[in-house]
Amino acid sequence: MTYDLNLRVWRGDASGGELTDYVVPVEEGEVVLDALHRLQATQTGDLAVRWNCKAGKCGSCSAEINGKPRLTCMTRLSIFEPGETVTVTPLRTFPVIRDLVTDVSYNYEKAKKVPTFSPEPRQADGTYRMQQEDVQRGQEFRKCIECFLCQSVCHVIRDHEENKEAFSGPRLFLRYAELQMHPLETNDHRDAAREESGVGMCNITKCCTEVCPEGIKITDNAIIPVKEHVVDRSYDPVVWLGRKIFRRSSDD
Amino acid sequence: MTTTGTEEPEPDRPNRANATASAVAEPADGPLSGGVKAPSRARIGWRTLRKDRYWLEPTLIVAGLSAWLLYGFVRVFMQDFYYVAEHHYLTPFYSPCTSTGCVEAAAHFGRFTPDHPLIPFAALSLPFLLLLRLTCYYYRKAYYRSFWMSPPACAVPDRHASYTGETRFPLILQNLHRYTFYIAVVIVLINTWDAILAFGGEDGFGVGLGNLVLLFNVVMLWLYTLSCHSCRHVFGGRLRHFSRHPVRYRWWTFVSKLNTRHMQYAWMSLGSLFLVDFYVMAVAAGWISDLRFF
Ligand code: SF4
Ligand code: SF4
Ligand code: FES
Ligand code: FES
Repeated sequence: MTYDLNLRVWRGDASGGELTDYVVPVEEGEVVLDALHRLQATQTGDLAVRWNCKAGKCGSCSAEINGKPRLTCMTRLSIFEPGETVTVTPLRTFPVIRDLVTDVSYNYEKAKKVPTFSPEPRQADGTYRMQQEDVQRGQEFRKCIECFLCQSVCHVIRDHEENKEAFSGPRLFLRYAELQMHPLETNDHRDAAREESGVGMCNITKCCTEVCPEGIKITDNAIIPVKEHVVDRSYDPVVWLGRKIFRRSSDD
Repeated sequence: MTTTGTEEPEPDRPNRANATASAVAEPADGPLSGGVKAPSRARIGWRTLRKDRYWLEPTLIVAGLSAWLLYGFVRVFMQDFYYVAEHHYLTPFYSPCTSTGCVEAAAHFGRFTPDHPLIPFAALSLPFLLLLRLTCYYYRKAYYRSFWMSPPACAVPDRHASYTGETRFPLILQNLHRYTFYIAVVIVLINTWDAILAFGGEDGFGVGLGNLVLLFNVVMLWLYTLSCHSCRHVFGGRLRHFSRHPVRYRWWTFVSKLNTRHMQYAWMSLGSLFLVDFYVMAVAAGWISDLRFF
């Protein structure tokens, strides 16, 4: 069944822009990205919209729909009330380039600061050996598609531009968590997590977890564990004393 | 006016005559400033475009927590109706009852803290229980969002002028949460002991509705306490190699399962604390009599 969708799209660039109303014919079962493509094909040939896989796997089509960061290719039109206006804007945490396209390089700059993986030497037969239970915690984090919806929703930088300097954001906390939990890793990344990534600025209000299209439990399984590791390293006097007395770490 | 159909000529971007005609009027929402109104970002007049009832959850949390705190406050300073002598029911709000003002039978661990209207009878446990919940990762989320509105809901602006999270005093003290967890374990053990003692009343062994309520509460307290994030970390989360610590790994797996429901347990244990305290008060005050099974 075809029907007319009231679509409201932000058009503009860094110098300004506005929300503009369109009526786009859509089919039952389509997603927001389909409507944007039809709009682009039939009415606004110059609409800038980033996408790639249309399958929720590349993380390119992130935008904000009715005020919430979402993947446009995974947002079905059927979730809206009939007649409801669907408003699509670019991510509001990053600099806008044009229309729905933003400059997400902040995230790549932060990724450069994550320490590199430094595994222990290979075994005599030239292999690495890991037990399944030792690697499985980090596997959840590998599902990340780098859509940066979590980065965009995080109020630490969304509402406080000045914090971008000191704060890396939830997607990057997954990386710190994985390094700290990795069975082959030889370095301690707790200071880096506290000082360079600014994990202390997160107030665990869980919006990143709420928007993650991959369903990664970012706050529970990565950020809080990283915060607890930082406590071990910097704030817990008993752990500190134990390290001094027994000269070994409690987390091998 | 809206633009429709394929025949429409492509609007020229520089003047965008077509689009401007259908542009949505923006609210006068203050001058451009930080956050979503930072200069490089898309200039959208509304601070949030969410239209769902995102304010409902923070409102309910404020109402729920305030009501509970008010009730708790009144009960703690009532200094009465906390012990049912006949069936040995002691409310957790007065456990351990260490004040010199406590009824002797209710004081399982001696009476040595001063009896003063402003000092709770359970002066040794209540402050720590309050600290436990104040620094709990779940309650932090709940009150940062609702009382402090930082942020009130996802993608709804935190309107505070500046934000440093938990990096400065006093919020940096949240990092000591694990100590309140250690103390809470001891207190829940005491509550468990109280619930066991309550099976032996003045006429020896007996079971009443009060016992079931006390037991239910203790189970809720254990679920809440053991599902703590710090508990998960100290039992095994801090290890790099689960394979070298099979017992701790099993504990971690168990605690991790509970941990996914920490929020539910946080609320259910508040509910059970209210329930058990109210029941003990009602029986102690003689408003109702305990339903006895045998
Ligand atoms: S939980 Fe922390 S990292 Fe995630 S959105 Fe909230 S403040 Fe940001
Ligand atoms: S963690 Fe989730 S929300 Fe964040 S970038 Fe990865 S997939 Fe996207
Ligand atoms: S287009 Fe690839 S995730 Fe949407
Ligand atoms: S009690 Fe909630 S996280 Fe510890």
